Amino acid sequence: MNQKTEGRVLEEFSYNDKIVRQFLYATLGWGAVALLLGVCIAFQLASWKFNLGLEWVTFGRLRPLHTNAAIFAFCGNAIFAGVYYSTQRLCKARIYNDALSKVHFWGWQLIILAAAISLPLGYSHGKEYAELEWPIDLAITVVWVIFGINFFGTLWKRRERHIYVALWFYIATIITVAILHIVNSVEIPVSLMKSYPVWAGAQDALIQWWYGHNAVAFFLTTPFLGLMYYFVPKAINRPVYSYRLSIIHFWSLVFIYIWAGPHHLLYTSLPEWAQTLGMVFSIILWAPSWGGMINGLMTLKGAWDRVRKEPVLKFFATSITFYGMATFEGPLMAIKSVNALAHYTDWVVGHVHSGTIGWNVMIISGILYYLIPKMFNTKLYSDKLANFHFWSTTVGLVLYIFSMLAAGITQGLMWRAIDTKTGQLVYPNFVETVTKIVPMYWVRAFGGVFILTGFVIMIYNLYKTIKLAKKPNDGEIFTAYALDRSKDLSKGHRKLEGLTALFTVLTVVAVLIGSAIEIMPSILASKWIEKDPRVKPYTSLEIAGRDIYIREGCYVCHSQMIRTMAHEEIRYGKASQASEFIYDRPFQWGSRRIGPDLQRIGGKYSDLWHYRHMYDPREVTAGSIMPIYPWLFKKKTDLGVLTKKLSVMKALGVPYSDEEIKNAKADALAQAESITKRLEKDGVDPKMKNKQIIALIAYLQRLGVDIQEELEIEEEDEE
Amino acid sequence: MEALYILLPISLILGATFLFLFILSVKSGDLDDLDSPAKRILFDDIKKINNKESMHESKD
Repeated sequence: MNQKTEGRVLEEFSYNDKIVRQFLYATLGWGAVALLLGVCIAFQLASWKFNLGLEWVTFGRLRPLHTNAAIFAFCGNAIFAGVYYSTQRLCKARIYNDALSKVHFWGWQLIILAAAISLPLGYSHGKEYAELEWPIDLAITVVWVIFGINFFGTLWKRRERHIYVALWFYIATIITVAILHIVNSVEIPVSLMKSYPVWAGAQDALIQWWYGHNAVAFFLTTPFLGLMYYFVPKAINRPVYSYRLSIIHFWSLVFIYIWAGPHHLLYTSLPEWAQTLGMVFSIILWAPSWGGMINGLMTLKGAWDRVRKEPVLKFFATSITFYGMATFEGPLMAIKSVNALAHYTDWVVGHVHSGTIGWNVMIISGILYYLIPKMFNTKLYSDKLANFHFWSTTVGLVLYIFSMLAAGITQGLMWRAIDTKTGQLVYPNFVETVTKIVPMYWVRAFGGVFILTGFVIMIYNLYKTIKLAKKPNDGEIFTAYALDRSKDLSKGHRKLEGLTALFTVLTVVAVLIGSAIEIMPSILASKWIEKDPRVKPYTSLEIAGRDIYIREGCYVCHSQMIRTMAHEEIRYGKASQASEFIYDRPFQWGSRRIGPDLQRIGGKYSDLWHYRHMYDPREVTAGSIMPIYPWLFKKKTDLGVLTKKLSVMKALGVPYSDEEIKNAKADALAQAESITKRLEKDGVDPKMKNKQIIALIAYLQRLGVDIQEELEIEEEDEE
Repeated sequence: MEALYILLPISLILGATFLFLFILSVKSGDLDDLDSPAKRILFDDIKKINNKESMHESKD
């Protein structure tokens, strides 16, 4: 089959485009689901009634589903489609193994399906963007490794010597995501769908945000930069503006990104130096990010007339512009003084969406509009509809970003407002700061409707394109000369042949060093987390309550981390200390305050207050936007599993005695009875003692109680 | 601040590694040409000329 010419072997090959199309269709389907979920939860914040009083669709459970669907289902499938398409062409080789491709595709769809079922049912790790329980975590690892084998296999049998810049970005993505996912998901199972992380408290927080930040970096940024470096030049048929810049920007980006995680934990009980390190690297990160943006935009230079006319280029140009804006805003928000205002507010939510919608959705749409007509040898069904999609998304996004920016700054300013004469908070009732921004929630929700509408129109447009086209142009046979590996042996080029391996190793080294330093505080934990003798492990009933807290996704709206700021201490009490969280698996510091911080909620209100509050928050807090939780009053607490839970905790180093583990159930029952007894005076049925609400109350009343003794002493001293 | 004693050597080692790679790639000629890789991806793949003769030939 293959011909030899002048000692070089001319080989024939074809591309596997079927797998690309499958991933493209999955991208379209899951994209619609992710955006629809986004719109749903946006309306749930605008009005609590949209929670429908059903446990499976409350905000706390749907929000993780939205983020997981958007990141892993929508963006994930888009990455796989783009990587499989471009890698084959850049390597002039068919994808390594067709069977592995199939396993990869169906495996990934099954993972998404498992997420779509398990998250609404409340199976959750309680760590953002890493909510999926351990069996699914394992499946993700397996499928990701299969993807890696398929990719590196293709790279190995390539017929093009030079590794184009896009491929480097893919290499960095595959390796880093694997490391991030594995490190953040080290956990010990309790049952089939429940596990506890080996990391606790502040360490867990640091590792989670090392993961969380780099999920953005290596799942939503580097693969898409790789796609940009392939698809933008191809779509406009011009070489990338500066190949040199692309090389510099790649290495600096992968090296710097990994250090920036702690900017999610500024003013928390993370050590000061780690915070400053995170901030400094976040600001440095601005340079390589803009290197990529400039390179992308300048590739379009001199062809602006085409950008104006062609939908594909329009989406590309806008996505790169938003990438530039988001990567400018990010470092800005990572500056400590700016972060002091922005953290826990909707500004962060707006920022994230200028990246995910402005950059990811836009560039994916461009790729879809480019690839699908190309694969079917046809033209797009309607440029007009594509233009409508573009404007609908842009308008929706602007509504989203600006409403959230306004909401975030408003709320941030209201939280910190202190009356200079009295020294008291100007807005002591947290709910005031929420009702103030509800109009902005409506604006955001309608912005989301615009974005979803545009996306659905794209699906229709592409469906029509495929329908009117003949068959896809599969099975075309191409020819290319084989890589002449023998020639390398004669010169010093032998090293070059191992370039793939070298790049891989180097990326790993860069990522690992950054990671090691980020995680260093965990390793040196004993040095900076002073053990506080007053902090005791949770009781068995409190553990049960805590797991309900995690299941309902309370961390999505409530923080448990009081920052070292005057207004926070006035509002919530003493600033949090790392020593208070050593038994928290997982940590529940949260990242957003749609409701108030809960770290010192224990003892602040009566049991009855919590009881009524969970039944209908508006009974005790007028204007609250929190959903109702009626099922907590019907469902029984699973006390049988508590012995197992406590023994897993003990294995992880929590000092439970054998007695406590053995009597976990009886202890829990006794504590539940005493709580119910107090509630009985106010007319609560004593039969409620085995219901989940009681366990949750036990947990909430425990929060922050351990170190209260000292607080009282301090106050006396002041007097 | 003990961590600085770990941070600095690691950073230096990493910098040295990058320098090593850079020198290596310059020597190996990988960075000699920073123009054609960008242009090369724009070329269409060469399709096989699909006539019976060539099919026959290739079978030999």
